[in-house]
Amino acid sequence: MIELITNLDFTPFLLSFKLASITTIILFVLCLPLAWYLANTKSKLKPYIETITALPLVLPPSVLGFYILISLSSNSPFGSYLDEVFDIQLAFTFNGLVIASIFYSLPFMVQPLQNGFESLNKNMIESSYIAGKSVLTTIFKVALPNIKPALLTALVITFAHTIGEFGVVLMVGGSIEGQTKVASIAIYELSEGMDYTNAHIYSAFMLIISFIVLLSVYMFNAKEKQKLAGLK
Amino acid sequence: MINIDIKKPLFGVEGVMNLDINIDINKNEFIIISGNSGSGKTTLLRCLSGLEECSGKIKVNNILWQDETNKIKVQKRDIGFVFQSDALFMNMNVLNNLLYVNNDKNLALRLLDMTNMNSFQKTMPSNLSGGQKQRVSICRALMKKPNILLLDEPFSALDNDIKSKLYTELLQIHNEFNLTTIMVSHDLNEIYTLASRHIKLYNGIIIKDENLAELLNNIKSDDQILLDAKILKIINKNNQEYAIVNINNKFINIKIKNKKYKLGENLKIISDELFI
Repeated sequence: MIELITNLDFTPFLLSFKLASITTIILFVLCLPLAWYLANTKSKLKPYIETITALPLVLPPSVLGFYILISLSSNSPFGSYLDEVFDIQLAFTFNGLVIASIFYSLPFMVQPLQNGFESLNKNMIESSYIAGKSVLTTIFKVALPNIKPALLTALVITFAHTIGEFGVVLMVGGSIEGQTKVASIAIYELSEGMDYTNAHIYSAFMLIISFIVLLSVYMFNAKEKQKLAGLK
Repeated sequence: MINIDIKKPLFGVEGVMNLDINIDINKNEFIIISGNSGSGKTTLLRCLSGLEECSGKIKVNNILWQDETNKIKVQKRDIGFVFQSDALFMNMNVLNNLLYVNNDKNLALRLLDMTNMNSFQKTMPSNLSGGQKQRVSICRALMKKPNILLLDEPFSALDNDIKSKLYTELLQIHNEFNLTTIMVSHDLNEIYTLASRHIKLYNGIIIKDENLAELLNNIKSDDQILLDAKILKIINKNNQEYAIVNINNKFINIKIKNKKYKLGENLKIISDELFI
């Protein structure tokens, strides 16, 4: 058993974690202002933006993957522009996977943040403005520290969801060893090749990590709720 | 001197109406604004602070805060604001709530001392009572050293004992910091205890603007006072009927003479003695 584990190729896992980390960081930076805007705006555009950001939740990954692949391929105007001007090819590359993951995991970052911001006491936020503080200072010093459970949920679920990504990854990245062959693809290929022993080990590894991550989130959130209620 | 001449459509319980306010407020006045629900009291404070948009002009000490083309942001207005519900920063302890506004520890400690909150410096807001939270809110509102203090029904959720203590502290703060204070309240006790001027709104317009100092000076002295009472129970002892009545939450047993009364009936009781 130990020999099996030591002989295991961890590259797909490392690739999955690298993809999930980069996607989570980029999505946090992009979604923070978007979630704040959605939580505070009274614009008529709000439902349209919310619909677009929620689409990856309901679209089959193959549909999303298909459109992203078409858009990134060298035959599309965007893909050919990147290819010709910057010599960048995105289809079937790690960078292409990052872009695909950003679209695929977008709602998992936006929605918890937006819900967290919407749950804040508006007078508390206004008190910060009256104190002379800018929107940015208010977000980082007042809003985010008061939505820690939502913030952690957004970060962890986005990370975990990106790690578990399969359909979009397969469509946009294929399975190139060391570049786009992430853990979920590796498990698929192992089971296709009837290598159930390694498929079991890979799957168990993913299961344990996912369980620990989710358990930590739920335990942290329970603790925060107690703190907020003044019990601790 | 504050000159307010603003208009804003309001969506109240009786449909759409217009907030149409034109008043001048002198330095160091303590104004209480009262009025029915939805009459525009809170909106007036929010427009003055810049938290809400409105049309018209606001000028404070000859500085234009807003007109039809320009508007000073809420962050730049010289005000402190105390909300009705607690609006403390829940992630900061009492002292940090104050220092977030202005990193002046001496001022923070002085304010906490004035409101008897010095021993709660390290306490988180979730562990404070309603009265303590409002004390901290008042202290925090003053950390910017504003000339104008706005309070939106700050004591409405507190019991009478706490209210009385806070009245004294607020008046002390108002005088010591040379503030112009504008407060929304429905409570007659608050109006007469705190305010130098009372403005009453109805459906967005001012229907009463009275100088309370003059009003209180002109109250006639009388050797009899009328008390409102309600009959809670009628009991019969030795063929004599007695009514248990509630006068301002005090229960008194009164002998009934030559008249029929009903349970729950409201009465006016004349008293010719007043003890303080």
